[in-house]
Amino acid sequence: MSAPSALRTPWLPKLVVAPSFIVSFCFIYGLIAWNGYLSLSASRLLPNYEFVGFEQYALLWESERFHVALSNMAIFGSLFIGGAMALGLLLAILLDQKIRAEGVLRTIYLYPMAISFIVTGTAWKWMLNPGLGLEHLMHQWGFESFVFDWLINPDKAIYCVAIAGVWQSAGFVMALFLAALRGIDDSIIKAAQVDGASLPRIYWRIIIPSLRPVFFSTLMVVSHLAIKSLDLVMALTAGGPGFATDLPATFMYAMAFSRGQIGLGAASATVMLAMVAAIVVPYLYSELRVKK
Amino acid sequence: MNRLTIHRVLLWAVLLLFAAWFLTPMYVMVVTSLKDMAQVRDGSLLSLPTDPGLASWAKAWSGACTGTDCRGLQPYFINSLAMAIPAVAISTLIGSLNGYVLSKWKFRGSEFMFALLLFGVFMPMQVVLLPMSQILGWLGIASSLYGLILVHVVAGIPSTTLFFRNYYIGLPDELIKAAMLDGASFWQIFRRIVLPLSTPIMVVTLIWQFTNIWNDFLYGVVFSGADSKPITVGLNNLANTSSSVKEYNVDMAAALIAALPTLFVYIVAGKYFVRGLTAGAVKG
Repeated sequence: MSAPSALRTPWLPKLVVAPSFIVSFCFIYGLIAWNGYLSLSASRLLPNYEFVGFEQYALLWESERFHVALSNMAIFGSLFIGGAMALGLLLAILLDQKIRAEGVLRTIYLYPMAISFIVTGTAWKWMLNPGLGLEHLMHQWGFESFVFDWLINPDKAIYCVAIAGVWQSAGFVMALFLAALRGIDDSIIKAAQVDGASLPRIYWRIIIPSLRPVFFSTLMVVSHLAIKSLDLVMALTAGGPGFATDLPATFMYAMAFSRGQIGLGAASATVMLAMVAAIVVPYLYSELRVKK
Repeated sequence: MNRLTIHRVLLWAVLLLFAAWFLTPMYVMVVTSLKDMAQVRDGSLLSLPTDPGLASWAKAWSGACTGTDCRGLQPYFINSLAMAIPAVAISTLIGSLNGYVLSKWKFRGSEFMFALLLFGVFMPMQVVLLPMSQILGWLGIASSLYGLILVHVVAGIPSTTLFFRNYYIGLPDELIKAAMLDGASFWQIFRRIVLPLSTPIMVVTLIWQFTNIWNDFLYGVVFSGADSKPITVGLNNLANTSSSVKEYNVDMAAALIAALPTLFVYIVAGKYFVRGLTAGAVKG
């Protein structure tokens, strides 16, 4: 609907949104630019606006810790995204089988999404701790030689983060897929059943392919969550042992706010922005174009 | 018929198995929080407390120490409330006004501005942390609750605007036109027609914002000072304090205290919470 001409004060709508839009655009794009400039400056403990070009990015690239963060991002990202997507889709399909207690089960699968990653991290840290946690439980059940020290093992700790992450987010994916499954036209499925197609075949050939748009939007949401993850790592391992479970987000936090390396922190934030933009911008573009 | 039953049994077995997997951490948190440390050491993760008590809850609430501060989670809980309530209210109000204009009073460029705003829903907030802490310093509200409220309001505007705009687009334009023929003004249409129809989306947005702001850790840890730390930061500091004896029971009680408000909202109004989740991902 175009702006109605009958309004006596046609400038009023624009005036109403102006303040919050100006503030938001300054917040989003102004601060992105400012952060970008900081990443090109010599800032260390305090912001210092002396221009040094791409020196901070060169330092970032040489930093062993950042390489650990990037390879953790790849491990955590693929396990978290793949795990949450697969489990979420499975749960959605199972729940779509006209289950009587569907409401209760859905509530159970989705509740982790209502709590903070810090709570999740605290809980899993207790369950996975090598002293009194899972290992202790298995010993009591008679498996004396059972060892589970992933949480304090530098090579394995990142998998603990992924497990807790999937636990928290799988229900979210399930909710998105379930909403989409409910939107599918029943008559197509009935027609296929009349033709004698089996249920797994109907899912594989008709239903899952028709979930494609939801699949992409879900993938987009879950991947940007993965890139932004900070809380879960902070609560579960605090980036440790050493910096074995650093992700770009925890690296940025450590550099900018505890190690006095503001320029390096700003540069790593820009790298994160680039990763998210690479996923989100094409998605937003196609999403908004379709509507026109 | 028989084959069908086997399928149903298998289906239920898998569904219940996953239900158990999702519930186990909650169960472990609850039983651990009801034990004392002797029972924690003697029992196992899954064992029921032999002598349940609320001592660790009391300690987590008002006596647990982080560093030299032994006031428990209580001050952090109050900070989170004082921060979340105004931030949720203001960001929701702004979102509904923006959504009203962007759906019913479109102007040239308004769609493009909406698209630019949408990026704010997804951007990694790490890019705003450093400049923002400098701005809060200039405004004189660094390390204070006011600074946190401001950041949460501004960071929330993209999502609240998205929610309301997508909802208001579904309201029939004829309604607005008819009101205008009757001589209703911009504000009268908003107050008398649009707002009374907004209850569902209002609930969705309030819940969404409350959950996000209550559960936020990033802004809380970066922008708060000694007296304005929110509950997530308090919990993290408490659980990561390296004392000689790790009191897991107190940690679990603290985690439950931090989770209770949003869990309560989820259980009471889960339908609206789910709608918010899906509305954020799938733009109608």
